Amino acid sequence: MCDLVDGEEMGRKIVVETQDLTKRYDGVTVVERLNLHVAENEVFGLLGPNGAGKTTTILMLLGLTEPASGSARVFGFDSTREPLKVKRLAGYLSEKVGFYENLTARENLKFIARLNNITDAESHRLIEQVLQAVGIADMADVAVGKFSRGMKQRLGIADVVVKKPKIAFLDEPTAGLDPEGINQILDLIASLPQTGTTVVLSSHRLYEVQRVCHSIGILSKGRLVVEGSLESLGRETFTEGRYRIEVETAETSPRLIEVINKIGGVRKVETKGNLLLITTDSDLRAEIAKAIVQSDVPLIQMKVQEFSVDDIYMKYFHEG
Amino acid sequence: MITILRKELADYFTSVRCLILFILVLLASAGGLYAAYQGIRGTVTETEFVFLRLFITSGEAIPSLISFIALFVPIIGIALGFDAINSERSSGTLNRILSQPVYRDNVINGKFLAGMVTLSIMMATTMLIVSGYGLRMIGVPPTAEEIMRLFIYLVFTIIYGAFWMGLAILFSILFRRIAVSLLSAIAVWLFFGFFWVNLIVPVIAKTTEALLMLQRLSPGTLFGEATTVLLLPVWRGAGLLTAGEELSYMIPNPLSLTQSLLLVWPHLTTLISLTAICFGISYVVFMRQEIRAT
Repeated sequence: MCDLVDGEEMGRKIVVETQDLTKRYDGVTVVERLNLHVAENEVFGLLGPNGAGKTTTILMLLGLTEPASGSARVFGFDSTREPLKVKRLAGYLSEKVGFYENLTARENLKFIARLNNITDAESHRLIEQVLQAVGIADMADVAVGKFSRGMKQRLGIADVVVKKPKIAFLDEPTAGLDPEGINQILDLIASLPQTGTTVVLSSHRLYEVQRVCHSIGILSKGRLVVEGSLESLGRETFTEGRYRIEVETAETSPRLIEVINKIGGVRKVETKGNLLLITTDSDLRAEIAKAIVQSDVPLIQMKVQEFSVDDIYMKYFHEG
Repeated sequence: MITILRKELADYFTSVRCLILFILVLLASAGGLYAAYQGIRGTVTETEFVFLRLFITSGEAIPSLISFIALFVPIIGIALGFDAINSERSSGTLNRILSQPVYRDNVINGKFLAGMVTLSIMMATTMLIVSGYGLRMIGVPPTAEEIMRLFIYLVFTIIYGAFWMGLAILFSILFRRIAVSLLSAIAVWLFFGFFWVNLIVPVIAKTTEALLMLQRLSPGTLFGEATTVLLLPVWRGAGLLTAGEELSYMIPNPLSLTQSLLLVWPHLTTLISLTAICFGISYVVFMRQEIRAT
């Protein structure tokens, strides 16, 4: 059922791994034999419709919920047996994020920092920094009870980042945010791997996933339908693993097509007006550009055709 | 755990709820003092334990301080604990704390301890205020034995309050809705404090002994008896030492402190174990409770 599309992540360190992870609530199987892999320093998107088991999966990875069978490992620690070690490394933004409404944003973060044994002096600096990053620095000393939904969501992100986790589990991180807030938060999420934080986020807003995720896993009714890097999944899904390169030139001629066809690795060349659609075995943009220029044809633009998460998601949902 | 304890304490001391409780307690002490003021002049014929009379004398229409305290301690206990866990659950903060590197038992320990500290401060304040004003009022300083008796009484009130708080915390873990947990705790209090002692037991008990035994299942009765033994040394608790008609032949000599202590020892252990049972069940239930997706 589950095709594991292994691309370039072969050599990378896997930091989240589940083995036949299964969870039942009152006899109903919510997550079934899940085998998930997340590589270090990537943003992994967990997709799926409501009730697919995304949140339950995250709760099991954090050791907040016990699996019925199977196991989950985060940075080598068993989530069920050593939850405290996992929680020391992991940050978690729950879907329904809540704060102490009578405390200020700063006090709420300070409490979390203390629970993580961060000294007051250091947390003071860190809190300033993260509040700035999520754009609510001016609200630092306002009681959270006065915050809007979106501001609480931003504070939730700050709450995760303040403990400098090795891995962050974000459940619907952009829910309730305005478009500007979404952009800001997505930029922040995308920058996390650079500071050594692996991100697992669940979402059903596909374009957001497209923007920040390197890899995705699609869940449906508790099962993992597909898992892999966005790029390889797209190719696998639509062109049997081949690249499709779009080239726009000032003019096309049969001679040019012939020249391109001769490049090793080119499978097929189609024309659509001045647009050439070239199917290749690998990314041959450099060679194709060279061939076009050498044929004295002005090259206007070229790009590797990208596949949107939308396409992948829809395709697997029709199959599943 | 210290972090959670600190936060909970800060919460209690800045909350409106605690302010109201403090005002309640102050009013109760004022009422008790006034009752003593009304009653003490006429009744003091003995020279012993005058200071303790401040606490046990009732006025013309106003009940004594100990009856005020017996009424308020369960309310304070319940008020401190009824939403301990479920309010955090419904506001989403419980998930946030539990996803931090803390043991689950620390959360509940911290809450229980913070409640105990608040309760202790409240009760100690009451006793000190009453003692201070009472001293000015009657002008008789307490003897060492009286101070000891009052201190042991204070310990009893705190444990009695801790029992109700433990029960309220247990309900706050068992029930997700705050209103349900509050009402359940109040229901238990009313049942044991009123229906059990005054209505059910007199009907089902055949002998005086059985009556006393069954009544002592109520924590309120235990606390009441212990209070009387401690603060009214001449009182011979019915069934505690002797039963029935022998009582009327007794010379009203006060018991010594050690004898009083011996009498209330079972009460103390029972109250402590009741508290421990509530806490134990809370503990087990909380540790096993799952964090669910919805």
